[in-house]
Amino acid sequence: MSVVAVATASRRSRARTVTLVLFAAVLVMSALSLAVGAYSVSLPDLLATLVGQGDSKNEFIILRLRLPRLTMAVLVGLAFALAGALFQSLLGNPLASPDLIGITTGASASAVFAILVLGLSGFAVSGFAFAGALVVASTIYLLSWRSGIAGYRFVLVGVGIAFMVQSTLGYLLTRADVRDAQGALVWMVGSLSGTLWAEVAVAAISIGILIPVVVLLAPQLRMLQLGDDTARGLGVRVNVARVLLLGVAVALAACATAAVGPIAFVAFVAGPIARRLVPGISLVPSALIGVLLVVTADFASQHLLPGGTQVPVGIITGAIGAPYLLWLLATRRSRGEA
Amino acid sequence: MSRRVLGLVLLAAGVVGVVLISLAFGTRQIEFPVVVDAILAPDPTNNDHAVVRDLRVPRTVIGLLAGAALAVAGGIMQGLTRNPLADPGLLGVNAGASLFVVLGITFLGITAASGYVWFAFAGAAAATVLVYAVGAGRGGNPTPVTLTLAGAAVTAVITSVITLVLLQNLDTLNQYRFWSVGSLVGRELSTVTVVIPFLVIGFVLAAIVARMLNVLALGEDVARGLGQNIVLARVLAAVAIVLLCGGATSISGPIVFVGLVVPHIVRRFTGPDYRWILAYSFLLGAILLVLADVIGRLVVQPTELEAGIVVAFLGAPVMIALVRRSKVGAL
Repeated sequence: MSVVAVATASRRSRARTVTLVLFAAVLVMSALSLAVGAYSVSLPDLLATLVGQGDSKNEFIILRLRLPRLTMAVLVGLAFALAGALFQSLLGNPLASPDLIGITTGASASAVFAILVLGLSGFAVSGFAFAGALVVASTIYLLSWRSGIAGYRFVLVGVGIAFMVQSTLGYLLTRADVRDAQGALVWMVGSLSGTLWAEVAVAAISIGILIPVVVLLAPQLRMLQLGDDTARGLGVRVNVARVLLLGVAVALAACATAAVGPIAFVAFVAGPIARRLVPGISLVPSALIGVLLVVTADFASQHLLPGGTQVPVGIITGAIGAPYLLWLLATRRSRGEA
Repeated sequence: MSRRVLGLVLLAAGVVGVVLISLAFGTRQIEFPVVVDAILAPDPTNNDHAVVRDLRVPRTVIGLLAGAALAVAGGIMQGLTRNPLADPGLLGVNAGASLFVVLGITFLGITAASGYVWFAFAGAAAATVLVYAVGAGRGGNPTPVTLTLAGAAVTAVITSVITLVLLQNLDTLNQYRFWSVGSLVGRELSTVTVVIPFLVIGFVLAAIVARMLNVLALGEDVARGLGQNIVLARVLAAVAIVLLCGGATSISGPIVFVGLVVPHIVRRFTGPDYRWILAYSFLLGAILLVLADVIGRLVVQPTELEAGIVVAFLGAPVMIALVRRSKVGAL
């Protein structure tokens, strides 16, 4: 075997191990968040309930209260992480994640407008959030287009738009009643509390449509990584492929934000963490890290603070995701890595 | 007279112009001679005079100081980190100041802006040290990418903590939301006098640091070869940034765009010499913020838009235009 083949094989086996470990961790955390709470359920009871053999009390608590919340956490973790990883690898810049370049902020501003000015709630707010993300993303795309898309230009334009959107948000918050502003703030942080099956269904359908598209486009992404000229040589229509992939990433971020609010930092950290575990682009590990992050954070958000105080999950993802990235940056071995 | 000196004179004239505009225009119509009287021969019983002296003068002074400070701080940051995205907002300095102000409001019951000042300084300093330490990593050498990442990460941590405090505490949210949009209104001149000495030291340091930044721009190895003390240059620059950002943030709130956009615009006229970049930024930053405040007063009468919001809407298109025109990655 050649050196390259050996390296590829060892990367594959490493990727497989990492994926399995992450998957196991997700399972453990899911079981924990289903079983543990103000009313805790034993593991046999939990399994019995999940296969439909539990008593009515367990059934209500697990299937009606905890399972929808967990499912939502899994869905949005997956969507945010994939969106972030796609953005970062397409634009070749770790800063190009939808939460830093204003796309989720656009969703927030639009949703907060719906909450505070139009007095809407529920699915209408989600619709506004989705539209806001799309409008901001296409604005950034159009403004940064100059016979092609360059990662640096995209990030800079995105940062500019993000500032503008952020100040609009600030304006909306100062003009509202302070209690409404607090409600809007909870949405802006991202919260999973009180998730209903109906909401899960909407998120599941929309994200479920997008995942196969990502799988279909993944080979093109891998070729784009080799550089535009090489990809073109391999028969990829570079600009079309990039627009499609970016479009899918925006839609993923928009769906997740519409469902639960812009949970901080998941899109930003999942990719870099995955890259540290498995070199190169690795969508599956990124997605699993996103899921693990949101599920763990949601569990912590319910049980971490004494006295049963619950905080929105976005606070926790910021508080655990960001220090991890700080640590990662501070302990990196050489310059330019990370 | 060289072209660059001429530009400086024009900018100085511009500063005088916006000051006059800022004093003369507002929600309340006041004749220009009355404005002049209010400054030169104030009559305590005249309401128009009171409006000019108690409302328009303070916000004009604050706009000048905060705008100049933020623009110079942004210029220093861009030179220090050799990072075109460097901005007090993006590198987490404003967030640090905000966090400490929020903690001060919540746990120590600070309500006066003169009390915010100290918290803003402490927060700006803490965030600068943290971002720099994280960005430097084990190798001790921060790169633009790692610094910007560190800034974003620190900002995210701090935003989480701020939001946690705001969600638990309605009164703090109420104060914070008005402070955080970047308003020049409702501050008294007494607050400004507390801040002025710090800003002056910051500006003096900036003038000293400018030449060092020129040497640093050649790359570390060349700078060391030319006998530049790199550690000294970085420490002085960092102190200047903390004083300028902390001071500006405490009087005007966390206004983000001035530090990013002004040095970018200025560089097109001055070239890469930081002595000129910082001098131009000083004046253009003041003009930009005061002008933004005037526009905010006039566009949505009878209410007002906060200066920070206007700056964002003026600055973003300018920045995007600059980004589109410049070569990718060029500073």
